[in-house]
Amino acid sequence: MDNRKKYYRGSTDGKAPFPRDPLAGAKDYYDLIVIGAGLAGMTAANVLARAGFSVLLTEQHYNYGGMATWFKRPGGHIFDVSLHGFPVGMKKTCRKYWSKELADRVIPLDSVKFKNPQFDIETSFDEVDFTRHLVETFGLTRKNVDEFFAHVRGMNFYDDSGETTGELFEHHFPGRNDVHRLLMEPISYANGSSLADPAISYGIVFSNFMSKGVYTYVGGTDHMIGLMKKELKQSGVELRNRVQVEKILVDSGRAYGIEAHGHKIEAGAVISNANLKSTILNLVGPDKFDAEYVKEVEAIRLNNSSTQVYMGIRDGEEVPFETDLLFTSTRERFDSPALCDMHGESRTFSFYYPSGRPEASNKRYTIVSSMNAHYADWADLTDEQYETEKAKLNEDTLVALENLVPGTRAKIDHVEAATPRTFKFYTQHQLGSSFGTKFEGLGYSMDLSKQIEGLYHAGSVGIIMSGWLGAANYGVITANKVDSFLRDLAELKA
Amino acid sequence: MTRDEIILAVKDIITTIAPDEDLDGLNNTDPLRDQIELDSMDFLDIVMELRKRYGVQVPEEEYGVLNTLDGCADYLLPKLEGQELKMVNA
Repeated sequence: MDNRKKYYRGSTDGKAPFPRDPLAGAKDYYDLIVIGAGLAGMTAANVLARAGFSVLLTEQHYNYGGMATWFKRPGGHIFDVSLHGFPVGMKKTCRKYWSKELADRVIPLDSVKFKNPQFDIETSFDEVDFTRHLVETFGLTRKNVDEFFAHVRGMNFYDDSGETTGELFEHHFPGRNDVHRLLMEPISYANGSSLADPAISYGIVFSNFMSKGVYTYVGGTDHMIGLMKKELKQSGVELRNRVQVEKILVDSGRAYGIEAHGHKIEAGAVISNANLKSTILNLVGPDKFDAEYVKEVEAIRLNNSSTQVYMGIRDGEEVPFETDLLFTSTRERFDSPALCDMHGESRTFSFYYPSGRPEASNKRYTIVSSMNAHYADWADLTDEQYETEKAKLNEDTLVALENLVPGTRAKIDHVEAATPRTFKFYTQHQLGSSFGTKFEGLGYSMDLSKQIEGLYHAGSVGIIMSGWLGAANYGVITANKVDSFLRDLAELKA
Repeated sequence: MTRDEIILAVKDIITTIAPDEDLDGLNNTDPLRDQIELDSMDFLDIVMELRKRYGVQVPEEEYGVLNTLDGCADYLLPKLEGQELKMVNA
């Protein structure tokens, strides 16, 4: 009884233990097993089930969606963890790989604001409006700005010059720390990247946003994942949550299934939507790869983690429209690594209004603050220190919010912090990484099947694939390879 | 399938992938990307549909041949020999 209590009320909160066998009644064989129901795993499962394959989708958590998630708290609060926002491409991705109903709910945010000692602007976050600001507010020449946009738009994955994002900015806007801040800060929050990351990953992600601005999903994350679950079932995917996969079964360089909860389930192919390094080093195991390859995988850097503060507005109170996304800092000058500082001076506020959940019976407002963070800063704190640091994070955030939107603090009746430890606990990602791996992880993820036949990876890797849109599309890219492999396999059998 | 049928087959696949695009005015010689809004994910979908409907495997390094309708026809003609045209959106 004591243990159980601890499990529920540990310092990082708790997932309730599940008394039954989560794989009871599962079949002995599926064409495909997908480990992990993040947006990449779910999208791959849906595409391949629609293509006619039998698919088992397993998820260790009770909710599907991975980092596309939400949670409820007493007092009628529903908090979205990462709903703001994604590029317009998400609409097309939903339309093609999910449904029109989902795609129709993808709509643009009304407003994005920046407030810091260098500038205070509102923008629709697209190329036209950014160009206007860069010329009118920042005093750059039109030619200078156009050249920058043409350069980043023309970047593609296959010709990486090796230039860093910092070098890219310095090349086009030398010495303009304020311009670098405008261009970098939002992308840092969107995918955990920094000035030290490759220009190519910046160019691809930034151009995606700049085509039409930032989009969101009307109805809330729970609504979206609910529709996706419905769609998966219609496509014939077998959904199993609370499944802790222990091993990916490999024999003679060929993946042939999974082991979990005392079951061995075989499959023609396996897609892991778990963290890339966990997939290779834990689920498969280093003994199944060349020593050299294992060394290289161990060296892949993970992206940073995050902290968030979730603030719920009391029932009956209203918050006048301020903006949807507010990138804010009290730091005099932009400093890319400092975005990850513990108790740093920069944060993003997402404002969620009742219009974002038109179906909800209670009209509620929530505000979520996000910062980038290092797992190491939080990992080794004692329980007491951990509570103290979380309380400081909450208080700093409330003070910052009150300065920006006076009168808001008094309307808040629920405040709660998530830290890198929280993200690690819920996602099982190494180091609580909230954006997968750095750029070098992409190649290892894409070529996994060259190491182990029948084993594929889809998920947050290489920065480019580290947001909702990238993850979902990467699920499709992987599904295409698996489709090819499974069709060849079926032909061989026949 | 004949060349003309292959072009019909590819257009039918594009209709499935991009249901909101008008394909009536498409010519066979200009890149598809210049005529309608197709991105790299759409080309991946074309490859998947070709595999699903006709069992044709297009290796990743050859995706470029699908750039124009003429390119599709040249590349697929020997591969689809003896196969019947399957129209899903007719």
